[in-house]
Amino acid sequence: MTTNDFLQIGLFLVVLLALVKPMGHYMALVFADEPNRVTRFGAGAERLLYRLAGVRSDEDMGWKRYAMAMLVFNVAGVAFVYLLQRTQQWLPLNPQHFAAVAPDSAMNTAVSFVTNTNWQGYAGESTMSYLTQALGLAVQNFLSAATGIAVLIAVVRGFARRGAAAVGNFWVDMTRATLYVLLPFSIVIALLLVSQGVVQNVAPYLDVATLEHGRQTLPMGPAASQVAIKMLGTNGGGFFNANSAHPFENPTPFSNFVEMIAIFLIPGALCCTFGRMVGDRRQGWAILATMLVIFVPLAVGLVAAEQAGNPALHGLAVDAHATALQSGGNMEGKETRFGIASSGLFAAITTAASCGAVNAMHDSLTPLGGLVPMWLMQLGEVVFGGVGSGLYGMLAFAVVAVFIAGLMVGRTPEYLGKKIEAHEMKMASLAVLVPCALVVVCTAVAVMVPAGVAGVANPGAHGFSEILYAVSSASNNNGSAFGGLSANTPFWNVLLAICMFLARFPLAIAMLAMAGSLAAKGHVPPSAGTLPTHTPLFVTLLTCVVIVVGALTFLPALALGPIVEHLTSLTGH
Amino acid sequence: MTSLLRPALVLLVGFTVITGVAYPLLVTGAAQAVFPREANGSIVESGGKPVGSSLLGQSFAEPRYFWSRPSATSPDPYNGTASGGSNQGPTNPALTDAAKKRIAALQAADPGNTAPVPVELVTASGSGLDPEISPAAARYQVARVAHARGLDPATVQSLVESHTEGRQFGVLGEPRVNVLELNLALDASHR
Repeated sequence: MTTNDFLQIGLFLVVLLALVKPMGHYMALVFADEPNRVTRFGAGAERLLYRLAGVRSDEDMGWKRYAMAMLVFNVAGVAFVYLLQRTQQWLPLNPQHFAAVAPDSAMNTAVSFVTNTNWQGYAGESTMSYLTQALGLAVQNFLSAATGIAVLIAVVRGFARRGAAAVGNFWVDMTRATLYVLLPFSIVIALLLVSQGVVQNVAPYLDVATLEHGRQTLPMGPAASQVAIKMLGTNGGGFFNANSAHPFENPTPFSNFVEMIAIFLIPGALCCTFGRMVGDRRQGWAILATMLVIFVPLAVGLVAAEQAGNPALHGLAVDAHATALQSGGNMEGKETRFGIASSGLFAAITTAASCGAVNAMHDSLTPLGGLVPMWLMQLGEVVFGGVGSGLYGMLAFAVVAVFIAGLMVGRTPEYLGKKIEAHEMKMASLAVLVPCALVVVCTAVAVMVPAGVAGVANPGAHGFSEILYAVSSASNNNGSAFGGLSANTPFWNVLLAICMFLARFPLAIAMLAMAGSLAAKGHVPPSAGTLPTHTPLFVTLLTCVVIVVGALTFLPALALGPIVEHLTSLTGH
Repeated sequence: MTSLLRPALVLLVGFTVITGVAYPLLVTGAAQAVFPREANGSIVESGGKPVGSSLLGQSFAEPRYFWSRPSATSPDPYNGTASGGSNQGPTNPALTDAAKKRIAALQAADPGNTAPVPVELVTASGSGLDPEISPAAARYQVARVAHARGLDPATVQSLVESHTEGRQFGVLGEPRVNVLELNLALDASHR
């Protein structure tokens, strides 16, 4: 690795850490129970929306009603996005005259965007009309992210409240997440991106004669507004097929930096929000520290693997050394302006968080460079993870960690002053195990069925990696891909839609159920036997739990894919 | 259940209007007012006609132009409506074969050049529309371009250097040369 590789990673971490605290504080105000200077600002708009929708904003919902509201809202979203794609040929704002999207693809895409996965079986610039992109996909970029934040806030209230029957109001939480958090920051990010060259217009595609007298069609569209929320909401669905590798989505190293910060901003800041809401900021920092302890070495490992280059090209007359004049390394599927450091770091960030946007083609990463994103997803998208969903996933792991610690000393485990009992453990185990089971079972199904294997693009172990990556991505609501896999087939569209749906809603409902039972409990004052959960010891314990679950579940599968590919690439056959 | 249906549907419509219509229109309006060139695709004109975008690469095959990076878009390279990479895995024999062909083509166009080929010129970019090459990849092509145009290589090299952009803010990304702008400058100064 070069000095600049380290410098770019370091700069990213410094800027991120400087931003999470004020952002976390701001979000704690947005979701506070009492009115404050932030929520007073948009009270008029909120009241109008609530009146039209018949929402009683003072209604405090029990966990079941909260979960039901979340589910009804999201299923309505799936239906709407599906219908929009199926009827886009008759609707306005379709200057390229795209036909209706096929039913299986439309269903997959609808589930994908509503579950915050944004897996894309289709190619943006040749499938979706501007209207579909704006009213369907872009809207769900906001609403799926807002749903994730709302569920998290309800879960945190479960820890914070004492002897309470309710965990908040879904409509209010979702509305506030959109109006106060996602919308204003998206506007700022979108304009920053336009300043760098991301397109934002409603013009038809532009035909030009090139310098060598060929023709080139330049794609257009309202990209910046969608790219901003695709990052901020950890959605990841590209406006164009090449996603953030496309120069119109990510034109400069600075736009790339903004996009990377936007991915981690809310998941990181929510840790601080969590600390404030439970009345002990150290608890939030401990969770954030755990995420960083897992993230940083994996990100560095990914960049190092890519900088080392592809051994297959070593015998050829190729110069892949890093010099002042080139980044060198494995440049297949990467853009010149990003080189190794900005591509590798982006790949780690987008898979640690459940974003799934890519600025380099993950299918062409070196075997070990490709193992990192795959494993980051398989860890359950809890290292930053999706907005909201990452932190509630990590809290499930925290509950498991205090339970294991409790077993060691033979005491009833407690977390944040709440006794962790059989019901909480069941829900936490569900949240941890559902994605694991989905990945393992559905990968097995896909490799046994001809329709599954038919989509594979690369020979050998790498072909298996493509399947494992796709199922890991869908089953953890990430959305990135080893893009060689031809997944726009009925088999893959249906299988992955099932994975995405089951990874999102059962998990959210399990965590809400845990929140409901926690909220009803009283506070247990810490005693001599209580494990403090803000110390380096707990950070270590939590890190180990996350890694052990991820390693034990997936090491055999990874051995068949990237690990065996790495070994063969070293020996050359 | 029915008490949840009305809020769900009304808020879905409400937020569709706010985030699906008002938000992109607001951003479009602001972008068109403040950054019109960038918002409309950073179009480059030559002789009053648009010849491309400074952000989207073009295919160059003539020896007198600097060549862009290999592009894996289909059916033709640098297809603006089908962005994407090769998605070839690192151990895929097709990747090595493609690299060999690209090396052979570069060497055939410039038989005197025995230097190893910078890696970017033998690997396909992620978007298939990469507008830039590294300064190393530009330097590798200087002799060929100079020969094809009957110019002194030093003149061409100095043009490359004046079109080299460093890391943004000295830290971010990589140094790079915009191929379309460099080729336009070549045409403008040495017809």
